[in-house]
Amino acid sequence: MSVQALNTNKPLLAVKDLRVSYGKVEAVSGIDLTLKEGQLVTVIGPNGAGKTTLLSAIMGLLPSKGDVHFDGEDYVSPEIETLVGRGLGLVPEKRELFSTMTVEDNLLLGAFQRYRKGDDTFENTLAEVYSLFPRLHERRHQQAGTLSGGERQMLAIGRAMMGKPRLLMLDEPSLGLAPLITREIFRIFADLRRQGVSILLVEQNARAALKVADYAYVLEGGQIAMQGPAAELANDPRVIEAYLGLASKHQELLSS
Amino acid sequence: MNFQIALILGQDGITNGAIYALLALSILLVFTVTRILLIPLGEFVTFGALTMAAIQMGKAPALEWLLLALTLIDCGMDLYQYRHKLDGRKFQTIGLKLGYVIAMIALIQTLPLAELPMVFQALLTLALMVPLGPLMYRLFFQPLADAPALVLLIVSIAVHVAMVGVGLLLFGPEGARTEPFTDTVFRVGPMMLKSQTLWVIMVSVILIVTLFLLFERTLYGKALRATAVNRTGARLLGISPVFAGKATFALAAFIGTLSGILIAPITTLYFDSGFIISLKGFVGAIIGGLISYPLAAVGAVAVGLIEAFSMFWASTYKEIIVFTLIIPFLIWRSMTSHHVEDDE
Repeated sequence: MSVQALNTNKPLLAVKDLRVSYGKVEAVSGIDLTLKEGQLVTVIGPNGAGKTTLLSAIMGLLPSKGDVHFDGEDYVSPEIETLVGRGLGLVPEKRELFSTMTVEDNLLLGAFQRYRKGDDTFENTLAEVYSLFPRLHERRHQQAGTLSGGERQMLAIGRAMMGKPRLLMLDEPSLGLAPLITREIFRIFADLRRQGVSILLVEQNARAALKVADYAYVLEGGQIAMQGPAAELANDPRVIEAYLGLASKHQELLSS
Repeated sequence: MNFQIALILGQDGITNGAIYALLALSILLVFTVTRILLIPLGEFVTFGALTMAAIQMGKAPALEWLLLALTLIDCGMDLYQYRHKLDGRKFQTIGLKLGYVIAMIALIQTLPLAELPMVFQALLTLALMVPLGPLMYRLFFQPLADAPALVLLIVSIAVHVAMVGVGLLLFGPEGARTEPFTDTVFRVGPMMLKSQTLWVIMVSVILIVTLFLLFERTLYGKALRATAVNRTGARLLGISPVFAGKATFALAAFIGTLSGILIAPITTLYFDSGFIISLKGFVGAIIGGLISYPLAAVGAVAVGLIEAFSMFWASTYKEIIVFTLIIPFLIWRSMTSHHVEDDE
């Protein structure tokens, strides 16, 4: 019990003063962000706020300045391979699937680092992923490029899960998906957390994101504009006005 | 031309074609994974053949010093690159590399090279040559991994020219030919089959099938294919492009050297013969559109056959005929291929 309490207090990911520039333009400046073990933290914000850039920099896809602390180690402009090996997974906005390879091969490659280290329990993880996404099991011999948008997203999440990440970062998982499928994807986050995976979720669908998250950051113009427990932010008038309120405000106007 | 001659030419054509097919496959492999057109591939063929010849003559091949020099530069670059975060594992890797090279040099200096069975001579040649592949990638291409394909091509040509010069320095201007693996000659009806021909075809087919299995069945092979399909996706799974680059260069060096060992008993090879040989493999790869492995293999065998028959009819124009072959294929390719937007 006490061990668990200790674990939940330990930050799994801590980003300090993170900066990323494209040439002379600073896309993200001075970001501080913390995520504790077992938490689901969301980053919301408008288009072009730097959400994808932030995730890419944490992952090491983009060179950055500032400290990235992950699972007890400090990195400056980290290398992807190291972080993946230590249990960080990213489901990118563009999915980045291997479109001419089969669904099963895509999933198996997700476990490449584990396979390389001689961990042969990835067959069990494959079974878990299939039980979570029965659709992928049906299509396992199909080429990834032939899947529908929702199935691709499932495959991208499943592929990241194959690496048994301790922290899964998801970039706009609901982008371009029908509401019903979005709901299904969001439901999976609960399953993932039950398996002990922490999640950093970047979303435009702020309402849904704030509902599932423990803590939230609002990113605007490459900087953190607001932060707090998700439930509080969901009721914050500024957030409601900027990200949640359109529909309800519209209704208020109509009713008055 | 009578039937007898056609049979001999066909046999020659298929033998050369099998080698071109192997080279075409390595060119394709390296190109799809790293976007590099591996022009120095031919040097692996000639260096392999000349090293094998030196070993058979009982001389220590000078290649060991090239291997030592490149390894030292490689270790120096590693030390410089990781100067701020050196740890035990880095030193261990460096120690392993140096240890391997020193062990190889010790082996070559002490073993009675000429008396070794041919299998061991071939293995020794491969053990000397294959590390040159990853070394070449590390020293010349890895720092440029994100450069445009044209820059990579220019570097590739430069490496080729340098390697030809190094070849002259290491092996001298004399050509060399090695002993055939076996001396037997078979008679099948009217046809005389030299056993070396059978060796070439057999080893090529085995290698092609092995490559197929490697890429279709093993996770390491799939990881290389995945890098070719989607670099970012592969990086996100911890498949490092550096690892993929070194692995494909090692494979290419292996295939090139083995091709050299296979054809050395058939043709006399000089330090600069590699270019024309790999160029013919390249024609095969072009016929496959630099994408399709089976098409490239078939194309390469066709190149071998056309070369053999044009040698009979118009031997002066042999090379011209082979290389002109590329033009109709380029026209056909450019008319049938569509530019595909690269968005997924």
